[in-house]
Amino acid sequence: MTTSTETRTLLVGPEPHRPRPRGARRFSMGRALAWTVMGIALFLTIFPFYWMLRTAFSTENALAAGAGSLLPVEFTWGAFARVLGLASQESAIAEGGSGASVDFFLYLRNSLAYSTLVTVGQLLFCSLAAYAFARLRWPGRDAVFFAFLTALMVPPIFTALPNFVTMRDLGLLNTIPGLALPTLLMTPFAVFFLRQFFLGINREIEEAAEIDGASKIRVFFQIVVPMSGAPLATLGILTFINTWNDYFWPLLAGNTEDSRVLTVALGVFRSQTPNGSPDWAGLMAATLVAAIPVLTLFFVFGRRIVDSIGYSGVK
Amino acid sequence: MAFVLPAGIGFAAFYLFPTIRGIYVSLTDYNLMSAPSFIGLQNYVRLAGDPLFWNSVGVTLEYVVINIAVQTVFAVGLAVLMHRLTKSVVIRGTILLPFLVSNVIAAMVWFLLLDFQLGLVNAAIEGLGLTRIPFFADDTWAIPTIALVNVWRHAGYTALLVFAGLQMIPSYVYEAAALDGSSEWRTFWKITLPLLRPVLALVLVITVTGSFQVFDTVAVTTRGGPINATRVIQYYIYQVGFGENDFGYASAISVVLLLILAVVAFFQLRMMRANQSDLA
Repeated sequence: MTTSTETRTLLVGPEPHRPRPRGARRFSMGRALAWTVMGIALFLTIFPFYWMLRTAFSTENALAAGAGSLLPVEFTWGAFARVLGLASQESAIAEGGSGASVDFFLYLRNSLAYSTLVTVGQLLFCSLAAYAFARLRWPGRDAVFFAFLTALMVPPIFTALPNFVTMRDLGLLNTIPGLALPTLLMTPFAVFFLRQFFLGINREIEEAAEIDGASKIRVFFQIVVPMSGAPLATLGILTFINTWNDYFWPLLAGNTEDSRVLTVALGVFRSQTPNGSPDWAGLMAATLVAAIPVLTLFFVFGRRIVDSIGYSGVK
Repeated sequence: MAFVLPAGIGFAAFYLFPTIRGIYVSLTDYNLMSAPSFIGLQNYVRLAGDPLFWNSVGVTLEYVVINIAVQTVFAVGLAVLMHRLTKSVVIRGTILLPFLVSNVIAAMVWFLLLDFQLGLVNAAIEGLGLTRIPFFADDTWAIPTIALVNVWRHAGYTALLVFAGLQMIPSYVYEAAALDGSSEWRTFWKITLPLLRPVLALVLVITVTGSFQVFDTVAVTTRGGPINATRVIQYYIYQVGFGENDFGYASAISVVLLLILAVVAFFQLRMMRANQSDLA
């Protein structure tokens, strides 16, 4: 399906009877216009990220006077020091912060623990289940798989309220394990995604290993998992980013300093308004702290993430 | 069988059980402190006569219509542009960037850019000799503003989904159109869009059901205000459940939201005949 794109000839220009090969295009008004629109779209995409940087390196008290300034207003690292809990209360207040103690290192740690726990758990448990759905024969397999699939339709809000009660009853509210547990064991998407992949790989090696007397579990860990590096990595990255960006569930179930993740902490920080408005420089520094781990992942695994979008969404 | 056990427990404990419990709790009076007491359909009767609930449905619909209309046009446009202009992974990666940061971050940076006093956008508006706009504080502006902030976050992602669909259209179709002297514009309307329909249907089901569950952006910017102007359904559920501890009523609203989503998805797929491809 995607192979057809490799050989596709893109047709442009006003000469319909002589299709031109790629790369031999002439300048045309249409293409110039198209690139201009594309340029504007890219600019609108990037600019807010620049604005985070510009504001994070500005002095909060000077922002009002320099609202239209495209460069940082009175450059300073102060906002980062403030949100990472490295600035003294006096200097934080002097620069326009609230002076309330904030420690985004702690929230960074919480986000990291929550996202890592969910990612590792999902990869392990969902790949086991997906393998059972793709390869093993057991009574009720298709019925159970269908039940798993219907769970895809249930919106998160619907399960969030009862899951909150469950976590409270288990005494796991406001703990990192409590945050992670509902999505740690399975999500329908992860099972579905990996099952599709397992169905596509060649059975012969597994069958040969089984004839040689290897157990199912050994076949899975020593043959199937090593062959599945690419989809496991893709799923892992997507799961990590989704969990990292999750807001609603952690807002319900993680409201102590030791369980508050970055998204929730940002919301709390924004609601503190030391000067009648939020500490914008601090807030933008905090958003960068929250965004940088995910953006780093993206710069390392960019192509894998971009390529996964079509696969995961449409198939 | 042991392979499915952990995932099976996860499914039973955190999908199946909460779904059943959610429906049951919607038939009870439950404040989280004492055990739920069964009250039949009273929550649903109350809901039918609750102006705040109907307001939240109206506000959510307004949000969904603006968000989806603008986002779909942008996404299809971007996808077609990329398809016709470039295969660059860097460009595809760049338009995906907003999707990688959380809704909360997207909301924060636009909350600043569109701020009445400090926002660059309002500085520019004033620079043009116009009057500043209270984007988040005015009840007619607030919902379109939030809808467009979320377009910024999701348009690139949606464009990549559409782009994947475009790649499934075989090149001979375009070649034939070009040989017949069809213009780019005409090819888009007469060939690309009709052939894209099954993909577009699935993409719309994903984006529309997501759009109905808007919460994060509202929660960190307007918190439902000014007055009730941005109190979307999920924010209303949150307020009823966690602000007023009225879990029974909050669950009833959740059930209604679930039903709305199911009906919308059903009709979308029906209307767009998503499972039939014209390429077959």
